[in-house]
Amino acid sequence: MQTVKMVVTGPFNSGKTEFIRSVSEIDVVSTERKISSDSERVKDQTTVAMDFGRITVDDNLVLYLFGTPGQRRFDFMWEILSEGMLGFIVMVDSTRPETFREARNILETFRAYAPTPYVVVANKQDCKDAWDLEDMRIALRLDGRVKFLPCVATDKESVKNALLELLYSILEEMEKGEG
Amino acid sequence: MALKGNLRDFSITQLLNLINVAQKTGTLVIEGPSEEIWVCFRDGKLAFARDGQEDGSLASVLFREKKISAAQFRAIKERAGAMSDKELGLLLINANYISQQDILASLQNYFVGIVNRLFTWVEGLFRFENNMMPPDDKITVRISLENLIIDGSRRVREWEQLQDEIPSLDMALKFTDRPGTNLRNVNLSVEEWRVVSYINPKNSIRQIAKTTNKSELEIRRIVYGLLQAGLVELIRPAGMPVPVPQGRPALPQASKDEQKSLINRIIGRIRSI
Repeated sequence: MQTVKMVVTGPFNSGKTEFIRSVSEIDVVSTERKISSDSERVKDQTTVAMDFGRITVDDNLVLYLFGTPGQRRFDFMWEILSEGMLGFIVMVDSTRPETFREARNILETFRAYAPTPYVVVANKQDCKDAWDLEDMRIALRLDGRVKFLPCVATDKESVKNALLELLYSILEEMEKGEG
Repeated sequence: MALKGNLRDFSITQLLNLINVAQKTGTLVIEGPSEEIWVCFRDGKLAFARDGQEDGSLASVLFREKKISAAQFRAIKERAGAMSDKELGLLLINANYISQQDILASLQNYFVGIVNRLFTWVEGLFRFENNMMPPDDKITVRISLENLIIDGSRRVREWEQLQDEIPSLDMALKFTDRPGTNLRNVNLSVEEWRVVSYINPKNSIRQIAKTTNKSELEIRRIVYGLLQAGLVELIRPAGMPVPVPQGRPALPQASKDEQKSLINRIIGRIRSI
């Protein structure tokens, strides 16, 4: 049995766990804990080690989705999780501009770990406070060539689209490598 | 027993505070990764500072502070190279080249600049040599540490933010190809233009800083401004090896066709979910 993995990363409360939950065929193995810091009390629980979802491709191949912890104090897990990844997805909460800088830093950190393809996903685009994609692209200082996709992590089709775009990028990289 | 330790454990802010409160007299010697700095205090006040890598002579300080011209600086070095700072200071004042206030203000700026640089150091062995003062022929000043500490604390916060934004000076810069961006329409200072003139995917930010004689804080400030204005973007310098991922490979060791087939199988599966 072959296994491959992709990593879903992003700042605290950007929707990584929901994203994986939307497409995983197993209940997401989540290591969530109650939040202790008042400053981070946007939600009750957060991921402290990793989330873990699975998609069985066929009898011989399984895709694992790993979600990283969003809080900086657990960033020692990031490098471990990034080892051997096919590519990664950076999730950004479109309604919380105060997290954009952190998202940018996380993106740079993961790019340094491995030069694998990635896409950036603007989550919570269904919320009325969500920033426009183009404004977010500028705020996040994303190059025009970086795939930046609207997303609602609780919507399966939206999550599928993000995963497919990442896979297309991986294919493109392979073809470039051949050329 | 001399006060000694590492800035990692005892910050420069804490050290200055201690020297200020205890009204210490002596010299704080700090060994950084590539330079050594001496800062002298008298009764808890800043008296003198020297960076081991720089020419800290009075002539050099006055030249840096633009109080004397390059030609005057050369002439002083040739004709009065052996003169002490105090003798040179008196000579310049008596010859009406410069006032006593100008000399003291220039030295104060220079010493404060050296101390400010220390606020960006996160590591470095330090020791405080009680009662050790600069040679008698050096001109000393008397600057209270309170304002330096407050100003330095602000710099620490700014430094932390700039480090977040520009984590590595080994990256290079390139001009963005965003339509409508035109450098000619932007108001840049002379120093910013100097940096801009060296922007090239081949030059790392560190190299630009060295060429333009900027400290890490100064170059980060300028690059941060250019990044925020959307004029430039960070890239890996041309020729810099792309980091090879450690650990197990992402894809099984197979031919390109097999790897593509594997990705296509995943694509097919995800479409069908």
